[in-house]
Amino acid sequence: MRGVKKPKLAVWKFASCDGCQLSLLDCEDELLTVAEHVDIAYFPEATRAVQKGPYDVSLVEGSITTPHDAERINKIRRMSRYLITIGACATSGGIQALRNFADVNQYIRIVYAHPEYIETLRNSTPIAMHVYVDFELRGCPVNKYQLIEVLNALLNNRRPNLPTYSVCIECKRRGTACVMVSEGVPCMGPVTQAGCGALCPSYRRGCYGCFGPMEVPNTAALSACWSNIGVQKDDLVRGFRMFNAYADPFRKESEVHEHA
Amino acid sequence: MEVLERAELDGLLNELKRRGYRLIGPRAERGAIVYDPVETSDDFPAGWQDEHQRGVYRIQNSGGNALFDHAAGARALKHFLIPPRRLLWRAHGGDSDFTVETPRSTPPHFAFIGVRACELHALALQDRIFIHGPQPDPEYKARREQAFIVAVNCHRPSGNCFCASVGSGPAVTAGYDILLTEVVDAGRHYFTVAAGTVRGQEVVEVLGLRSAEAGEEAVAEAVLQEAETALTRQLDLSGLREVLLGAADSSHWESVAHKCMACANCTMTCPTCFCATVEDTTPLGSGTAERWRVWDSCFTTDFSYIHGGAVRKTGASRYRQWLTHKFASWEDQFGTLGCVGCGRCITWCPAGIDIVEELDALRRKRQQKLQAV
Repeated sequence: MRGVKKPKLAVWKFASCDGCQLSLLDCEDELLTVAEHVDIAYFPEATRAVQKGPYDVSLVEGSITTPHDAERINKIRRMSRYLITIGACATSGGIQALRNFADVNQYIRIVYAHPEYIETLRNSTPIAMHVYVDFELRGCPVNKYQLIEVLNALLNNRRPNLPTYSVCIECKRRGTACVMVSEGVPCMGPVTQAGCGALCPSYRRGCYGCFGPMEVPNTAALSACWSNIGVQKDDLVRGFRMFNAYADPFRKESEVHEHA
Repeated sequence: MEVLERAELDGLLNELKRRGYRLIGPRAERGAIVYDPVETSDDFPAGWQDEHQRGVYRIQNSGGNALFDHAAGARALKHFLIPPRRLLWRAHGGDSDFTVETPRSTPPHFAFIGVRACELHALALQDRIFIHGPQPDPEYKARREQAFIVAVNCHRPSGNCFCASVGSGPAVTAGYDILLTEVVDAGRHYFTVAAGTVRGQEVVEVLGLRSAEAGEEAVAEAVLQEAETALTRQLDLSGLREVLLGAADSSHWESVAHKCMACANCTMTCPTCFCATVEDTTPLGSGTAERWRVWDSCFTTDFSYIHGGAVRKTGASRYRQWLTHKFASWEDQFGTLGCVGCGRCITWCPAGIDIVEELDALRRKRQQKLQAV
């Protein structure tokens, strides 16, 4: 892609909090460099200037929660050469996927004065359940360095350096003593994909699983560890039902404890 | 043998600082005892003791004065000698030229204080590979050769320690510049001092210490005896290589995999595990490329990735690889065991997988199998 015209970048939003798009704006110094190498053609969060598609790269934030969005994502796919999903909502359905474990119509009746105006889908689902996705970037929110790495790798025609192993590896490289072993703090680290730099354990908090399941998540073994440090059934369910509740391995493990 | 009073310990540290060393020693911080930079002897974990079980570690202050009243801490010395991330080279490229630059910096002069016998054996294993092996690592060699070692004999091994079984402790026998034995006895707090190298001797001489009296030496000797008595865990090494090499198809690996999360805490905390991978990066707009060396683990999928996919896809195959390497094929490769019995992998495994127990179980299963034939 280099040496010719600058590739056109679009940033799209679905059901989400905008935090992942903000990670791109958070790049600050690096953002200027990114802007030198790509043409930011569609990014309403950052600029009202809009260029028409097609786009070389589309970054998609958010999950599909409405019939309208389920159609819109198909249009975006058709006008994007590469489609990269960013963040837990886009890659697993996000925190709003907690509705998938409940009755969404009941929610609507409780929350809205005129439920008849609300048109929503039963489930909040990841983008990849609707269209082909070229790359999924995990995290709640995504790590800005990983985001730059993905764009960078794409611009340089190389594979991005994005590990799929556990948070523990980053945690030990950082020199943090395991919070679960040394303080009995429940931690999702062993089954969660690296990418955040093991931020929470470095402040002596357990990992919340923001980056979703790691490559070979042994969730049953983690549940056994949590039970050993006194975590009760309900909290086991909650532990797996956070930002990536609808990611298969986490969903299945939470259901095991819900129905136990 | 000389005597260093507790009040004189800072004299030793100051002398090392005067010689340009950065002091690294044990500190009690954030729920664990770890090697970290230290400035004065007040930074050492006075009174702190550690309790190790399978997958459980706790520290508590006994209110005592002993500075080195703990077993192996959460961080091994490899953090300083083989840093978790290190730039190997940087290349600059244009349309017509391509240059490669290797970062050259003076290696840090570390003085490691409070090093245990097991750690010294781990260093010796890594020296064998990175200094004396067929592919020496210049950075490791430089850091290692500069490093000044103040070893301290272990007097309170943990419940997971089994150094005696693998011949690496608890008493320090070699590999130190200065060896201390800490004594807190009858209202006194002192160290007996032995120099192990010429530069160690030089430092001791500068301190102008007095010779130990027979009584002081006897008490220090008793401390060592206590450590040996306290060390109850044993690993049976006899025929272990054959047990492991004959266990490739054992159903036991599956039962371990049940508990194992392939999180890699064992390999990351192990003082001898040294596997690394390289990552190539291309900082945006810089016209450069960089190659970084990063700690890796045989528990990751990428570790065994070759054309067509990963060779070791399951937790069972990864655990088998690790254990078999440590206790069997390491011997074929490097002429020693790959384990120094520090017990870190047992303590820091969140699932509490115990290598000593797993090895014993594999041995029992083999015996049962042989009897059945």
